[in-house]
Parts: sequence; structure tokens; C-alpha cells
Amino acid sequence: MFDTLLPYLLAGIPVGGQYALIAVGYTMVYGILRLINFAHGDIFTAAGFFMVYLSAALPPLLSIPLTILLTVALGFVVERVAYKPLRSAPRMSIMISAIGVSYLLQNLMWYLTGGLARQYPVLAGLSDTIRIGSATTKVVTIVTPVLTLGLVIALVMLIKKTKIGMAMRAVSVDFETSQLMGIKINNVISFTFIIGSAMAAIGSTLYFTNYTAVTPTVGAMPGLKAFVAAVFGGIGSIPGAMIGALIIGISENLIKAAGLTAFSDAFTFALLIVVLLVRPTGLFGEKTTEKV
Amino acid sequence: MMKKNGKLRLILSVAAVALIFIGAWATEQVNGTTSMVVTVLQKGAVYALIAVSMNLLNGFTGLFSLGQAGFMLVGAYSYAILTIPMAKRAAVYQYYQGGWVQFTIGFLPALLIAGAVAAVFAALIGLPVLRLKGDYLAIATLGFAEIIRAVVQWDTIGPLTNGSNLLKTYPTLKTIMPGNTVLFTFLVVGVCIGLILLLINSTYGRAFKAIRDDEIAAEAMGINLFHHKQMAFVISSFFAGIGGALLAMYQGSLQANSFKSSMTYEILLIVVIGGMGSVSGSVIASFLFIASSEWWLRFLDSETMIGQFKVPLLAPGFRMVVFSVVIMVVVLFFRRGIMGTRELWELGGGRRAKGGIRKA
Repeated sequence: MFDTLLPYLLAGIPVGGQYALIAVGYTMVYGILRLINFAHGDIFTAAGFFMVYLSAALPPLLSIPLTILLTVALGFVVERVAYKPLRSAPRMSIMISAIGVSYLLQNLMWYLTGGLARQYPVLAGLSDTIRIGSATTKVVTIVTPVLTLGLVIALVMLIKKTKIGMAMRAVSVDFETSQLMGIKINNVISFTFIIGSAMAAIGSTLYFTNYTAVTPTVGAMPGLKAFVAAVFGGIGSIPGAMIGALIIGISENLIKAAGLTAFSDAFTFALLIVVLLVRPTGLFGEKTTEKV
Repeated sequence: MMKKNGKLRLILSVAAVALIFIGAWATEQVNGTTSMVVTVLQKGAVYALIAVSMNLLNGFTGLFSLGQAGFMLVGAYSYAILTIPMAKRAAVYQYYQGGWVQFTIGFLPALLIAGAVAAVFAALIGLPVLRLKGDYLAIATLGFAEIIRAVVQWDTIGPLTNGSNLLKTYPTLKTIMPGNTVLFTFLVVGVCIGLILLLINSTYGRAFKAIRDDEIAAEAMGINLFHHKQMAFVISSFFAGIGGALLAMYQGSLQANSFKSSMTYEILLIVVIGGMGSVSGSVIASFLFIASSEWWLRFLDSETMIGQFKVPLLAPGFRMVVFSVVIMVVVLFFRRGIMGTRELWELGGGRRAKGGIRKA
């Protein structure tokens, strides 16, 4: 029994880790702006395309950092152009803007790539296979959880211990008061998008090692699932997002093991609805009361 | 004086509607069914109905729902499954021994049933989902739409839905009303939008707007929140289902995979461009959206030479990029859209509809 399930468990952990890296971007942005950044999944896809084109000319040691840099720049520009002008607008307007950006990025990527699926480069080291017990797997299976855990710990430290982290916490508690206290909220928000995009870029490097083909809409599904993970873990909580993502990644693969592949996506959304109804604050979220 | 004005208004609006229908009919007679302008009129009308149905929820009731594509899918599939002729069933359901459904009904009852099935789905989904608010409601409805799309393609119910294979050979616009496709579409869409307008101007409609403007105040005034939200959700989905069935009639074949969340986004953007809370705005925006994406901006997609000079950037896909940039400009700088919360027939009188500001 365990031997038959082990490969699926092993497959679930890295998937969960990759969702976790995307979910960090959602949870941080939502924590500060109360915005579901619908464009985040497309930024993740864009990172995939950056890698495809950069690795054609450069060795991985250069192309990976450059990919992260370009993705960060994209996330920064999106925030400045599409979200910043709407700072004082109703929340729904920013969400519509996010949907518009998602639509724009997908169409732009379609145009630039000619709508064809692009082959993701094989990264030596990550794609090699190793054996664990009776199961064979890729190195990325081991690298992902370790890397994810490391990054999550680093982020938690950043938020708990540094000055910019303190500013981020302040902005997420009270937007206006923190401005009065001398915090430059635009810088803090930009910084949040930069971190989120960098995590998405790292996540995409790991994700596409298993999926190989990049298409303009490939990021939509993982993006939505990562958002569910962020809600599940408690929006605003980074460790929560990681645990939520791991649970989703593993359950998804166990459902596939049970032969119900058609329902593996459905499960994620069913989970979202159950969580929102039973425990809207998620596993680690803080309780907020609604003001009249 | 007021009364006379009202009568004049009524006569004018009836005349305007009649003129639109005659114009639409004449366009098809002059240009032929396969012309681009007729395609735009067909698809634009279908999208107009779907956009208005979404506006009823997002613009008038303030429920930010992103499940429209799911309900359209339910409507489209119900219509197609019920109307495929008996003789063709064996061929369509070739992988499922002819399928479970062994009868065929006419297209009009099928249209109504398509709406009704979508409404039943909405009623069931609404029970848990409508307790959520704001962006959580958006993501949950989006999730349900994705679940519907996944389950429809599930192999076990393949004899009903044909799995992930195409549904085809059901009656389409061209086979039902050869030569009068536009008139037929306009009639169905016109009746549906008329019904939605009546609803919006009724007591229920005013209750919806009250909920949009201030939920807590509305509740204090004795409006049953859940009851009214559920009602708006079910009615909106009913018309989205009919819209989906019409889209199936327009397309001629059907596959679950085309009803992605990007379809909902497109419709949402139409609603935003037209103005959240304006029925006529949604209709105008639908025709503009379809005309630009299918027709006016087509030239952006083909590589063009002027003499020896190759016009830069023009290549397949560029149309959609230009288009999405325009949409972003509207979203960022013209947030009220074309009509804001006003209606076309309110423009002349200088009367402004109240309550344009929505709370976050």
C-alpha cells in the first residue's frame, strides 16, 4: 500500500513546494493591498518565457538570475502602472484592473511567442534522476522542498526582524496611519511585489522542470491553486501559505492516484469553498472584525 | 406635462427598438448570412445578453461573481444534448454507444430548459457561495465554474456530455432560420434583455440596488439579503444559460474547454467598458467589443507592406494586444465606462441615475 502511494506522495511534495512559492506572492500582496493579484499567475508564466529565451543564449548560471531580475522588473512595472493609480479607488476597481493586466499579459505573450508552446530548457542538475527506496524521481523533487523551506524561513525573518519587514506589517494593519507615521507606502508595496515576483520566478524554474512546455495560459491554473493555498493557510501568513500549498499539492496527487484525475482541479476549489465557509481566516490567519 | 412626456418617450422607444430590428434584418438581407457584419451582429447580440446578465449581478446587485462561463457552459451543453437529432446521435456519441439521452426536443423548449438547468445549478451553488463577500465570492464562483468545466469532461458521464469530445450537428442559427439568423438572435436577446429591464425597474430591482449601495442599511430596511442575492444570482444564471445556448447555436459545435475563466474575464471587461450598472452600456460595449475584435482591428493581425516598407509590429496576435491596452486605459482612466450608471434613454432628459458609487 505504502509502496504504491510513495511515488505519488513524492510527486506531491515538489508540486506543493512550487505552489508555495507562487502563493507567497499572493498572500503578501493580499495582506497589504487586500487585492487578489490575478496577474500573478501570468507573471509566473512570463518567468517561464524569460528562461526559455535567455537560456538559448546564456548558461544557466547567468540565465536564472537574469530571469529573476526580469520577472521582478515586470512585477514592479505592473504594480506601478496598473495598481498604483487606483490606490484610493474602490477595491473592486483594482481587482478589475488586475484581471485586465492578466488579459493583457496573456495576449502579449501570445503575440510575442506566436501562440506556440515553447520547450523549456533542460537544466542540468535539476532534471537528473535519483532513486529513493523503490521510487525513481528527479533531483528537483528533493531540491524544491528544501529550497522552499529555506526561502520561507528567510522571508519570515525578513518580516519579523528587519525595518522594511516592520514597515510591511504596519502597512498591512493600517494603511493610512502607517503613512502618517512616515512610512513610504509606495516603496513598501513595490518591495512586496518585488519579493512576490522573485518567488514566482524561482517557482517557475522548478515547476517547468517537470512540465517542459510553456504556453501563454499555462500559469492560470497553478496561479489559482496557489491563491487557494494562500487562503487555506490564512491570507497574509507566509508559513500558512507554504503548508496550505503542500497539502494541496499532495492531495492533488493522491486524487490522481485514486484514478480521479478529472477531479484533481475540482478538489482544490471545493477545498477553497469549504475553508471559506468553515474557517474564513484559514489555518493561521488573524481574525478580523468587519467595521460598519 | 409629465404624462405627455412619458407617452412620447414610450412611442419613441418602441420606434427605436423597431428600427433596430428592421435595420438588423435588412443588413442580413443586403449583405448575406456569411458576411462579416452579420457575424458581428450575431455574436455581438449573444454577448450583449451575457454581459447584461453579468451586469445584473456585478453592476446592479454588487455581487462580484466570476462564474458566468460555467453557467454558459451548462446552458450550452443542455441545449446541445437535448437537440441533437436522433439520427445523428450514434455518430456524435461514437465513443459512448449513442449516449444516454434517446430523445430530441425542439430548439425553443431546449433554449428555455438550458436557462432553467443553469438556474438550478446556480441555486445549488448559491446556497454556500452567497454567504461569502467581495473578492472571496469572486474566487469561489470562479472555482465553481472551473469545477463545472472539469466535471463535464469526466469520462464516467461521457454518455451524457460526450466527455471531452465535440458536441455537434444540433440545430444552429443557420439551420433554424436560414437567411434570418440576425433577426432571430435579436428577437431572443431582445426579449431576455427586456425581461431583465423590467426586473431592474421593479421593487426587486430597487432592492438589488439597495444591497449594492449599502448592505447593512438595506438589511435594516427589511430587505432579506440572502433571499435577494440568491434571486439575482439565479436569474442572472438563467439568462447566462440562454446566452450560452445561443453561443452554441452561433458556433455550430461545442467543447467544454472553450469555456475558460478567460471567457468570464472578457465578459467582465465588456461590462466594465459599458459601465457597471447600465444595461444599454453593456449592450453597446458588447457590439463594440465583438466588432473590434472580429472585424475592425483584423488588419493588425496581418503583415502589411506599404511599397517596399514593411509595417512594423503587425503580426498575428497584435490585434489582441492593442485591444487589451485599450481596455486597460478604460479601466484605469475612464472607470465609469461608456455609460456609467446611466441608460441611453436617460441621456436626453438630463436626468442622472443616482447611486453610482459602490462600496469596496
